Amino acid sequence: MAVLRTFASFVADSARLVLKGGRLYYAWIAFLLVLIAVGAVAYTGQLREGLIATHMRDQVSWGFYIGNFTFLVGVAAAAIMLVIPAYVYNWEPIKEITILGEMLAISALVMCLGFVLVDIGRPDRFWHILPFIGHLNWPSSLLAWDVLVLNTYLILNAFVVTYLLYCAYTEKHYVKKLVLPLVLFSIPMAVSIHTVTAYLYNGLASRPFWNSAILAPRFLASAFCSGPAILLILLQILRKTTKLRIKDEAIFKVAELMAYTMGFNLFLTAAEAFKEFYSNTQHVVYMQYLYFGLKGHYALVPFAWASVLCGLAAFILFLVPKTRKNWITLNIGCVLIYSSVYIEKGMGLIIPGFTPDTLGEIYVYRPSLTEVLVAGGIFAIGFLVFTLLLKAAVPMMLGEFTHTKGRDRFKDAVSSAG
Amino acid sequence: MPSLPIRSAGLAWLLGVGLGLGLVPATLAAQAPPPPSEAGDVPQGIQVAKPPFSPGIFPCTNCHDNKTLKPNPKRRVLTEMHTDIVLNHGPKTRWCLDCHDLNDRDKLHLVDGEKIDFTVSYRLCGQCHGAKYRDWREGVHGKRIGYWNGQKEYFLCVNCHNPHSPHFKPLKPLPPPMHPEQIQAWKGGAR
Amino acid sequence: MTMEQDPIPQPESCEGGCDVSRRVFLGAAVATVAGALTGCGDISAEDFLQRNFREMSKQEVQETIARLEREYKEQFGRDVYVGNEPPIPGVIFAYALDLSRCIGCRRCVYACVKENNQSRDPQIQWIRVLQMDKEEGVNLEHDTAYYDPPEVPAPGHFYMPTACQQCKKPPCVKVCPVGATWREKDGIVVVDYNWCIGCRYCMAACPYGARHFNWGEPHLPADELNPHTHYLGNRPRYKGVVEKCTFCIQRTRNGRYPACVEICPTGSRKFGNILDPTSEIRMVLEHKRVFKFKEDLNTQPNFFYFYGV
Repeated sequence: MAVLRTFASFVADSARLVLKGGRLYYAWIAFLLVLIAVGAVAYTGQLREGLIATHMRDQVSWGFYIGNFTFLVGVAAAAIMLVIPAYVYNWEPIKEITILGEMLAISALVMCLGFVLVDIGRPDRFWHILPFIGHLNWPSSLLAWDVLVLNTYLILNAFVVTYLLYCAYTEKHYVKKLVLPLVLFSIPMAVSIHTVTAYLYNGLASRPFWNSAILAPRFLASAFCSGPAILLILLQILRKTTKLRIKDEAIFKVAELMAYTMGFNLFLTAAEAFKEFYSNTQHVVYMQYLYFGLKGHYALVPFAWASVLCGLAAFILFLVPKTRKNWITLNIGCVLIYSSVYIEKGMGLIIPGFTPDTLGEIYVYRPSLTEVLVAGGIFAIGFLVFTLLLKAAVPMMLGEFTHTKGRDRFKDAVSSAG
Repeated sequence: MPSLPIRSAGLAWLLGVGLGLGLVPATLAAQAPPPPSEAGDVPQGIQVAKPPFSPGIFPCTNCHDNKTLKPNPKRRVLTEMHTDIVLNHGPKTRWCLDCHDLNDRDKLHLVDGEKIDFTVSYRLCGQCHGAKYRDWREGVHGKRIGYWNGQKEYFLCVNCHNPHSPHFKPLKPLPPPMHPEQIQAWKGGAR
Repeated sequence: MTMEQDPIPQPESCEGGCDVSRRVFLGAAVATVAGALTGCGDISAEDFLQRNFREMSKQEVQETIARLEREYKEQFGRDVYVGNEPPIPGVIFAYALDLSRCIGCRRCVYACVKENNQSRDPQIQWIRVLQMDKEEGVNLEHDTAYYDPPEVPAPGHFYMPTACQQCKKPPCVKVCPVGATWREKDGIVVVDYNWCIGCRYCMAACPYGARHFNWGEPHLPADELNPHTHYLGNRPRYKGVVEKCTFCIQRTRNGRYPACVEICPTGSRKFGNILDPTSEIRMVLEHKRVFKFKEDLNTQPNFFYFYGV
């Protein structure tokens, strides 16, 4: 009972932490809430009209939603990028930022599930996919696998984060025997969520663009770039705005690892392009549509090359120690990597898979306003979750706020509000 | 040609023999050696439609009664009647009485002189188009409607091919599908 | 000719012991919430709770069909028969299409729409007729479905109608996350429109563009409704679910030819029981040379193309 009572106060105090903030914090939250509201209105319209409110059609039956889903699975998986060195090699500088990675994973997974939910035609039948209650077609359907691994990964991360923070809150050291196996387990889980998501596409012989053996490795390589890119920028913000100390060394080390994975990612992309263009079978049309356009349709071409060039530029910036350790070029590199992978693993993966379609037709898909607004709402939900998690977690991680310490800040809030 | 709804091959065989018509479905030919004469000539099922005569033209003997209108076997270009018929079927030397019977205009005749009804005109066609005839009897060529596991109705060669000009006539296609860009929510009002 | 057994076992039905009352009670509450939340406002508790067709008991099937007939009558103001004819033992359906005969007139497309109650607007058509270049053969880089000359066949072209190929190894069935689509014992791949969640994974998996999605609310004028339907076939569909050709299951399980076979003015379409050595389909296989569309994908269609010349 005592534990329950403490946990209840942990939850209540977390809520108080979240509700109290500066003007900038409130403005940020308000901005996110506006995006969410706009997205919700757009989604209501989509529910009423059906998915015809999107620009997806039979020829291109997945689009912006599933593209974002795929990208975000990569972001979620990238948490292991930080967990592996921290726990396996016990490399201290990274260790303290691992929990941030896991919170990023939670937020990314929330967005993933959101994108899947808005993409399905009958959300009212969602229960059909629940094991035992509905009819989960496991192990045959890779989508069934994806449902299982994504939710397991979400629960796992949520538990580890909650537990670590709760320990910090109660000023107790966490039980290593409990945390270490879970964290170690989260490593193969992270690999598996992205592998399973890759297999989701990979297993479809009908879509030669995806039916390539190196699709899953490419997914992992690009995820190991994009996830940390977000984290690196975030860590710098946190260093500035909170008392969280993150060593330069940790940031530069992560950036160095990103240079290698980006190089590997570019190599795999080149390998794929070589195979398609040199052998020049009919299967080349999809990559041709992506990089050079097909039969007068060039919609993806600027994006495809932007992705390649951003990736190359970021690779060089992160490879050269001088630019890697320069904050300006480092941050430019992060943005470049993020853009590169967002294009490559989002629209650049989904759309060419469907264009031309299985009967050779080219339908030039562009997301509708509804899709953009709904996606904006989901991103806002993800950022909101992440912001709230950080807001509560950082003071606890720093030891500034526990069940005994730091409660005076609430009194300030009450008095200033009054 | 009797309209026999043939459900059972065996029964049909008995009926065919009993009626002295040598009726046997093509399907049986694979198992039993084909009897002589026209056995195997008849397709499975029943005929769907009458031969596509122009309205009011049959029986031909209404005019070609051999009394008021004497048969004229002379090869010529028709100028008084049937001028609408353009013969575009094989060699230029072919003409009406190669298929139509001179003395009994309600019949056709085969090359050996055997007179046949218009309802079995396929036997006439089959004299030249042997492979196609076989395909048709087996249901590989031509059209059938009705029941895949029961009573079928078949179309005669002449239901689809004008015997005087047999090339299948081009058709106006029905409208193409909508482009995906054009597919929008139904705006027709409340259902 | 491999005559494989249906790879999908028919699950045991849940004979009555499924605690219906509790489910209905909870379901009524959840359905109201789900309906309100998802904009599908008028779903009843029975709709919401309806189980996968293959897991229903005989009684549940009957009750469901009675309810659907009631709902359709309300919707269209006409009596609608929803059949449940099972596969005929000893029958596996197959189809053959004569590429040297088809002239691309699209009569089959519209006969199919009429027979199978596809949405008129937004337009859904199960048959797609591809115009190919004679010089290229069957080449999907040189085809179009949007040809519209004054007369067909157009010079230099031939035509290849496509629809569901009723694969023996259907990728769409393999990928469905909820088991809403399966291959029946007579070889017809069907969809339970009341179980499909509309994820469209099957559409990504189908190599033949055979699956179609109800992107909007299907619109079918009541006077154009074909009231003779089958649960797994042509009964009116819903927004947000996938549909496809079923070899006219409502006709063929009653012995009749599919609508496309009967309309075809050139007799290009052949249909029958591939287990019957005397069937037309076996005659085609015996006497003509056939090919399967995208045979390299090993989907093993029960749909053959042939050159009848």
